[in-house]
Amino acid sequence: MLDADFFRRWMTATAASVEREAERLTDLDSPIGDADHGSNLQRGFRAVAATLEKEAPGTPGAVLTLAGRQLISTVGGASGPLYGTLLRRTGKALGDAAEVGAQDLADALRAGVDAVMQLGGAAPGDKTMVDALVPAVDALSESFAASRAAAQEGALATTPLQARKGRASYLGERSIGHQDPGATSSALLIAALAEAAGE
Amino acid sequence: MKMLINVAETVVADALRGMAAAHPELTVDVENRVIVRRDAPVAGKVGLVSGGGSGHEPLHGGFVGPGMLSAACPGEVFTSPVPDQMVRAAAAVDSGAGVLFIVKNYTGDVLNFDMAAELAEDEGIQIAKILVDDDVAVTDSLYTAGRRGTGATLFVEKIAGAAAEEGLPLERVEALARQVNENSRSFGVALSACTTPAKGSPTFDLPAGELELGVGIHGEPGRERRAMMTSREIADFSVNAILEDLNPRNPVLVLVNGMGATPLLELYGFNAEVQRVLTGRGVPVARTLVGNYVTSLDMAGASVTLCQIDEDLLRLWDAPVRTAGLRWGM
Repeated sequence: MLDADFFRRWMTATAASVEREAERLTDLDSPIGDADHGSNLQRGFRAVAATLEKEAPGTPGAVLTLAGRQLISTVGGASGPLYGTLLRRTGKALGDAAEVGAQDLADALRAGVDAVMQLGGAAPGDKTMVDALVPAVDALSESFAASRAAAQEGALATTPLQARKGRASYLGERSIGHQDPGATSSALLIAALAEAAGE
Repeated sequence: MKMLINVAETVVADALRGMAAAHPELTVDVENRVIVRRDAPVAGKVGLVSGGGSGHEPLHGGFVGPGMLSAACPGEVFTSPVPDQMVRAAAAVDSGAGVLFIVKNYTGDVLNFDMAAELAEDEGIQIAKILVDDDVAVTDSLYTAGRRGTGATLFVEKIAGAAAEEGLPLERVEALARQVNENSRSFGVALSACTTPAKGSPTFDLPAGELELGVGIHGEPGRERRAMMTSREIADFSVNAILEDLNPRNPVLVLVNGMGATPLLELYGFNAEVQRVLTGRGVPVARTLVGNYVTSLDMAGASVTLCQIDEDLLRLWDAPVRTAGLRWGM
């Protein structure tokens, strides 16, 4: 069973990983976006880590909704509402249980990803974070490690795609050949989940 | 790349502190990043709130003041502001007559303003929204995020601002803003890339002998890259691109806008070519504005925006305005 502490570890591991990878995310964002994905997420997850250190919500759902609210309040751009919605909706779907099972998390995360797809209007194949998150959720029933691998593979698979959403869509065919920064950061989020689970 | 900054993390806050010092007629909340005209909320007046990424100055903070915006929310460089800023701004300017959010069509701006509208309505503030999407360089299709909002934002903010100043109700101010947007089209070119403080190097690679046609205000491309052209050729290309989409029967407002690093000498020369094309195409010009208004940090280049107007819009355009970035008649 997964308790609030597990979810705090997930968020802290994500913050550490975003901190490490910020420059790479910004570099990926440079040719097809506006070169700020890393610094924006860094600002947001620093705030998440600081808030969770100060406040310690007692349930998994509360940890994620608090983290989501922090991201919405600090990130800006499209990533703020999209990542914020992902975590808030996942947190809400977990309800107020003190502990949840892996399958509960898989179901809740699916609800979160659905909310992201609705908010951003993106579907798999549009070269967005959805391309890492959908396969990650599909593989989550199997294991955290499988989910991490699926997210990573999904992020890599965005390279040959043409962007249809967000700022990269303005590049048209010239977006082809670049890995999507949003899918890449989503893969970091899922990798941190596996890390929190010790896998 | 040398920049007149301390560190990238404080660029926006430092600029806001400097703006506050230069403009005592504004209330600048540096911590929460909201710029409000000092006399807000004005009784009975609709509030106008806009915002977007920093790096486009004087847009939007430079357009706060009597006759134009009531408040602006600057985000991080090229990053939209967060909903908290917009809600705070709306609360600061709402006199009970409601607030119009002026939103440029970028995914981040749209999502954050949508969230802010919901939150502000929860607080009992009546909100209307106008989406600016004037950039003809982008195909508006299922496969893009839609046309970008660029130079027409200035026309929308000025004309809606004058209407609000006259005391018109929210739905009328919104309708006028929509009319301005529907009758406005823009096209931009970049001669060099811009450098964001966070990255410290150019955000895209534009070789010395080439220009980007259809560039957006963050340096994102729209149409194609070509060998460098003359001012005359660029004016032909830009104005024709606009007129393919907008067929004005009435006179137009013209904005010849610099992207930040192009001197006025070049902009005025470019304007001469723009006016030549318009005259040649039989399009009468009512008013022309030349300068750096919707910029893209240190990018070299220019954009053209045309807005087809009627007598009512022209009167509102000519109405007095007193802001840091645009000022006449008072």
